[in-house]
Amino acid sequence: MKVTVTVNGTVYERDVQPRTLLAYFLREDCGLTGTHVGCDTSSCGCCVVVLDGERAVKSCNMFAVQADGHQILTVEGLANGATLHPLQQGFWDQHGLQCGFCTPGMLLTSYALLKHNPNPSEADIREGLSGNLCRCTGYQNIVKAVQQAAGQMHEPVSA
Amino acid sequence: MIPAAFDYIRAHSADEAFAQLQKHGADARVLAGGQSLIPAMRFRLARPSVLVDVNGIGDFDYIRMNNGTLCIGAIARDVAVERASWSGDRRWSLLHDASRVVADPVVRQTGTVVGSLCHNDPAGDWTAVALATRASVVVRGKSGSRTVPIDEFLVDSYTTAVSEGEIALEARLPVPDDRSAGSYQKIERKVGDFATAAAAVQLSLNADGTIRTAGVALSAAGPCAVRVEEAERLLVGQKPTADVIRAAAAAAAKKSAPQADLRGSIPYKKNLAGVLVARGLRQALGRLGVTI
Repeated sequence: MKVTVTVNGTVYERDVQPRTLLAYFLREDCGLTGTHVGCDTSSCGCCVVVLDGERAVKSCNMFAVQADGHQILTVEGLANGATLHPLQQGFWDQHGLQCGFCTPGMLLTSYALLKHNPNPSEADIREGLSGNLCRCTGYQNIVKAVQQAAGQMHEPVSA
Repeated sequence: MIPAAFDYIRAHSADEAFAQLQKHGADARVLAGGQSLIPAMRFRLARPSVLVDVNGIGDFDYIRMNNGTLCIGAIARDVAVERASWSGDRRWSLLHDASRVVADPVVRQTGTVVGSLCHNDPAGDWTAVALATRASVVVRGKSGSRTVPIDEFLVDSYTTAVSEGEIALEARLPVPDDRSAGSYQKIERKVGDFATAAAAVQLSLNADGTIRTAGVALSAAGPCAVRVEEAERLLVGQKPTADVIRAAAAAAAKKSAPQADLRGSIPYKKNLAGVLVARGLRQALGRLGVTI
């Protein structure tokens, strides 16, 4: 089937089988390997991307054909040129990653979380990320990173 | 981990979805949230040859009050219940509790309430909630739409009253009266795991403080979620006391028919079912200002 998916603002037209999962479409058909496949069973959250700007989805648990005509945000789309997204900067500053495998999913899940709840409590962040596993167990700094980002995204924009 | 091949049909209207399901019969499955169906397909536990995707049908995406009934459309997401304006109202505390413990927060952004009822997993959350609230499900079949009480809707593990070629359109929950509250209690090893045991409780009180109506249901306690009729019978008409709660909990433990697995033995899970019903009753009563 022909699908047209806008990923990080770029339109990708590809011919896929209906059974192609979105995670593999992004990695193999679009060449965007920032989206990681950890468990392949919808348990770990490494493959999370953002659908249509606000909904976090596990891309190993959605078919690429379902994304036809939709917008996908992956980790490659967060930074603005050389300027890191506040979430990425937060992970950098707070040492929110060790091996980095879970990081793309953590970032995109947090992105959707902050979109819905710009001022989350620590409990909100821990709850919001409870479907994402970090096998380095670096949760403490991941939470700090998201807290930092929430603060930065709140700062008034100076014209 | 790659599903068997299938044909994908994106439906744009309820009529189109229904026509496609009628055309393909037993070969077809409805794709709503897909948060259970897609993993099942990946494990080849399910091999539908046609998927009818209903996510594009805007008319299916609603939760609304309608003449004393809460109506949940076919693709209303779990998260929509959590974020609903009425979600903090104690009358809906059972739904609110459950909406925060289904699967994990990412899955809840895509998973649907009606899809969960149709999946009828032995450890499902919404099935137990639907039993405790005495919900019903609107099913469209060849001879039109019919409203199926939840006790008839849930047939067996992964089996419901939705037959080949049919589609569930809406879940309907009667709006509880003002003196009502509920509670959902679930024990899980980690977020996103299947429940070790779970209990849904919904109570309403008379002006004199006696129990007017009671809904008590268990999940992860047999082939599919079950109503604990004996507990409901023991509660209705009684003044809530520690003894009444104990008796209802004992009835729940007796009714529970779990399977032993890595989450626990049969005696442990049966006991837990009773413990969770007691906790649920206490919490629901607490929400009504009654402390026991």
